[in-house]
Amino acid sequence: MLRLEKLVKTYKTGDQALKAVELEVPAGQVLALIGPSGAGKSTLIRCINQLVEPTSGKIYLGDLELTGLSSGNLRRERRRMGMIFQEYALIERLSVMENVLSGRLGYVGFWRSFLRRFPQSDVDEAFRLLDRVGLAHMADKRADELSGGQRQRVGICRALIQNPALLLVDEPTASLDPKTSRQIMRLICELCKERDLAAIINIHDVALAQMFVQRVIGLRLGAVEFDGPPEGLTPEVLTTIYGEEDWEATIETVNEDEIEEALK
Amino acid sequence: MSEVEALIGKPWRKPPFIKRPWLRWTFILGFIVYLIAAYITIDVNWYRVYEGLERGKKFVLAFTNPDFTTRSSDIYEGMAESIIMTIAASVVGIAISIPIALGAARNIAPLPVYLICRSVIAVSRALQEIIVAILLVAIFGFGPLAGFLTLSFATIGFLSKLLAEDIESMDKVQAEAIKASGAKWTQWINYGVQPQVMPRLIGLSIYRIDINFRESAILGLVGAGGIGATLNTAFDRYEYDTAAAILLIIIVIVMALEYLSGVIRARVQ
Repeated sequence: MLRLEKLVKTYKTGDQALKAVELEVPAGQVLALIGPSGAGKSTLIRCINQLVEPTSGKIYLGDLELTGLSSGNLRRERRRMGMIFQEYALIERLSVMENVLSGRLGYVGFWRSFLRRFPQSDVDEAFRLLDRVGLAHMADKRADELSGGQRQRVGICRALIQNPALLLVDEPTASLDPKTSRQIMRLICELCKERDLAAIINIHDVALAQMFVQRVIGLRLGAVEFDGPPEGLTPEVLTTIYGEEDWEATIETVNEDEIEEALK
Repeated sequence: MSEVEALIGKPWRKPPFIKRPWLRWTFILGFIVYLIAAYITIDVNWYRVYEGLERGKKFVLAFTNPDFTTRSSDIYEGMAESIIMTIAASVVGIAISIPIALGAARNIAPLPVYLICRSVIAVSRALQEIIVAILLVAIFGFGPLAGFLTLSFATIGFLSKLLAEDIESMDKVQAEAIKASGAKWTQWINYGVQPQVMPRLIGLSIYRIDINFRESAILGLVGAGGIGATLNTAFDRYEYDTAAAILLIIIVIVMALEYLSGVIRARVQ
């Protein structure tokens, strides 16, 4: 469904963020992207929807090649890729509803969006999504009145209302407490399953990644060091990705029911 | 360990801003010498000051007895003209400033547009209001039209520059999120940029209305209409009591605007 071929990104400063990354993601697969800070995780995600322009290489979404599209076509393709951000990236001074509906901007004309007159089907879908994440009663609150976990749920609704085929998720839990982090990760994975969405999730927390995803990619200095199931993350593998450290505590197999129990 | 031992028990001072002592002392001595030299060149004719004090006294005394009535119709007309001039110039100026501010923000405008908009701002800021007013009075003749155009022009330099700077310092990720949804450029501005800079735009606009009103009182002195013209006439006729009345009205209006802007800015956060 998504295929990256020899993707290279070199920044103007000369830093090579991505070195010929090859990656294929089948439809409906949720994968985690791990690696130390500066490994190029964020750059990789942003190259896929072209918020960052790759230096060379090809990106296929379905059969369509994304690099070098005209700006109109690129906008159309961006609608198929929902993005969820670290620190939520909600428009703080707009209401929850406006934030969710902003996910439809690629589908409606300027005047409709300017006057906030979205089609009824969009409004209905927004309420349905907000209800799904438990925030329907918050629709007219301003985004900056919400807590971190609530904001990220609004961010998820905004990405899903695009009706995407792929979710790009950039550190969704970086600024959340451990419990909320788990809830958000679970929500993302559940929604992906419900809607048969593929997702690439950048994440720092290795244990959290192992808990929820089917496949893990380890990135180091812009190159793929590991690609396999979460059980394959042995101390040796983590050392090649991150460097020397005591990994035993990190990869202790976590039983989900136990966590549920502990959280109650 | 031994390094820390050597530091313990010794006083600590903030390192000086200029490290080299000779350079530091050169600056300090140079500054003192400059102050003394500057003081010596001040040339005051104390006899003239003594005479002027008498006139100043009359002026100040007039404030205890301002005359609102004798020239009330002149004052009313001048005031109405000033207020209309202020509002019209602010509305037009702000409307023109917004697109120029968008063009002058490096993070959203391409380089050629940026350079053009920045030059418009530079020209507007370089030309002082009075100079522009004199020029426009020469072109359009005496009256409030020249004043209106002057204030609109000056508003562009002020508002575009400060708004552009606010746009440049906005949160990039919020705008990125809108872009990632496949929004058009206009939608991106409307959703990603506008909400972030709105409080600043409102605050600056009110502040500019305040400035425009004060400027409108000055512009009359060069014939660009408004209350300044009335004020000028009052001075020319040595009617200090009428002048005092006008100044008092200006002070009250400026204070009212100041209070109003405080209230509004506190509301839009």
